[in-house]
Amino acid sequence: MQNRLKSAILLGPGLGWLALLMVVPCVLIFTYSVFERGVYGGIDYTFTTENFRRAADPLFLGIFLNSAKIAALATVIAILIAYPAAYAITRAPRAWQTALLILVILPFWSNYLIRTYAWIVMLNREGLINNGLAAIGVIDEPLPLLYNSFAVIVGLVYNYTPFVVLAIYASLNRINPEIIEASEDLGASGFTTFRRVILPQTISGVAAGGVFVFVLSIGNFITPDLLGGGRLQMVGNLIYDQFLSARDWPFGATLSMFLIALMMILLFTQAILTRRASGEGTS
Amino acid sequence: MSRKTAFTVTAVAFGLIAGAAHAEKLVISNWDGYMPPDLLENFTAATGIEAELSVHASNEEIMGKVVAGGGKGYDVLFVSSPFAEALANLGLTAEIDHAKVPNMANLYPQAMELAHDPGNKVSVPYAWGTTGLCYRSDLMETPTSWSDLLQPSDDLKGKVTMLSTDRWLMGAAQLAMGKSLNDTSDETLNAARDMLVAAKGDLLAYDDATFYQKVVSGEATMVHAWDGWCNYGRAENEDIKYVIPAEGSDLWVDAIVITAASEKQEAAHAFVNYVLGQETGVWVASNILYKTPNKAAMEALDPGLLEAFPNMAMDPADLIKFEQLRDLGDGQKAFARTVTEIMAAQ
Repeated sequence: MQNRLKSAILLGPGLGWLALLMVVPCVLIFTYSVFERGVYGGIDYTFTTENFRRAADPLFLGIFLNSAKIAALATVIAILIAYPAAYAITRAPRAWQTALLILVILPFWSNYLIRTYAWIVMLNREGLINNGLAAIGVIDEPLPLLYNSFAVIVGLVYNYTPFVVLAIYASLNRINPEIIEASEDLGASGFTTFRRVILPQTISGVAAGGVFVFVLSIGNFITPDLLGGGRLQMVGNLIYDQFLSARDWPFGATLSMFLIALMMILLFTQAILTRRASGEGTS
Repeated sequence: MSRKTAFTVTAVAFGLIAGAAHAEKLVISNWDGYMPPDLLENFTAATGIEAELSVHASNEEIMGKVVAGGGKGYDVLFVSSPFAEALANLGLTAEIDHAKVPNMANLYPQAMELAHDPGNKVSVPYAWGTTGLCYRSDLMETPTSWSDLLQPSDDLKGKVTMLSTDRWLMGAAQLAMGKSLNDTSDETLNAARDMLVAAKGDLLAYDDATFYQKVVSGEATMVHAWDGWCNYGRAENEDIKYVIPAEGSDLWVDAIVITAASEKQEAAHAFVNYVLGQETGVWVASNILYKTPNKAAMEALDPGLLEAFPNMAMDPADLIKFEQLRDLGDGQKAFARTVTEIMAAQ
């Protein structure tokens, strides 16, 4: 009984925080989604399911799929960059590891916007990369690096890779080095050891980092706006525009419901993967 | 004018909290840098009324805050005319008592007959102007038509930008077709969509915040621009010129409204009256490089300014011939869907 009281007290602030800032807003969003837009914006409290019918339009499905494609690409690239980096950090001498991890999170010390604008400076037609390549004679005409999906993916990968490094580092760090030694002693090649021993034990870290990148990317609207030059519509921009430009809160709320549902499915999948991985680890 | 930045959502949330916190002072919401920095100080010195500034980044942002909170926490708002009109239709604006705003006499007669609010019953115009093409006269011939932007010549492909704010983006196509800017019939919307989707491939970007810098840097040769913003480019490079295409422009108007929820109507009227003074108008024209509907101010301007920025010298009688953007009411849904189709097109 004592223990139960203690955990209730310890859980209290966290649960309160979640209830207030997560559950209540979600309920509000759901409530808005079943009402009508007032003629001049605002909400007309007449029950309707029309918003859901409108959202089922192939136009919006296309935007969802395209955003998912971009977010998935960003996720895969971020994992491919982060895994070797995390691996190298775990292999580095203990004393260096903290310093290397601080370097990984160093970009977060400056503002997201400033970091995104910095990419504009680098990628534009007269930017550092184009001018640099032209100066050494690699290109004659500037490459179209900015205001397209390439730039958006670069921006997303850049911003979210550090999270993946941290997630994978955490799971790599938990592997008992003796198991790796045992694998090598039993004659497994380096690649086999990685494939059969290391990777399975870090899959939960990869999944956690990957879901993180995917979820943040698909809902992002700043990066597509700045680096995509507004030419690329992602779900985040679509929802943003419904709330602000079109002043159609109910429809924006409906689209948000779809996005929230998608994210919930992903998070459940990740939780199942993690549970399965840790189950294997203990058996 | 819209200065859409992407961070208004959080600002909305914080604004609601901040709005409730200060109750004693008159609360003014305006775009950052859109009024003289010492205006509030001088206003307090002249009237004894304390006031403070709350900044919004876009029409959409302040509209979101005011609609969500019923206007509570704000006394005076600076917004573009379609938003002033929507606020009035939602019953969120107070009637302007002209007896308490004697400086209304400083306005051009044309500024009393604006389509969004004839007789300035619920709003007062602060600045006005046109939307057209801002281009590098050293790099290209003078453009004459909206189709020069929508179907750019080969050497301009990938070197033009269009405004990303929905109404002006669609406006370019509507004007090119000779349609009303407020026409939301399926026929017009579909034709505008086809035109703008085709134009998208030739654009460098949609941009309504940094377009004039792109013309200065040479990244773009011609951009879809508000007149005042083109003036900022011209201030840095004299080869940058502004032209209104033959098919015309919209008449954009930024207006001041008093919220119906304000408990300080007297003080709010005193503020509106103060802003309509000659001095503020002169500051707006000289610093923001926008035309103002304030006749007393425009006549007091340095003639050199009008020579340097020819669009500043436009006669109000010509200006008012252009159509204003109006609130779209029920047409908004179809309009928004069309804009989404354009934005989502590959």
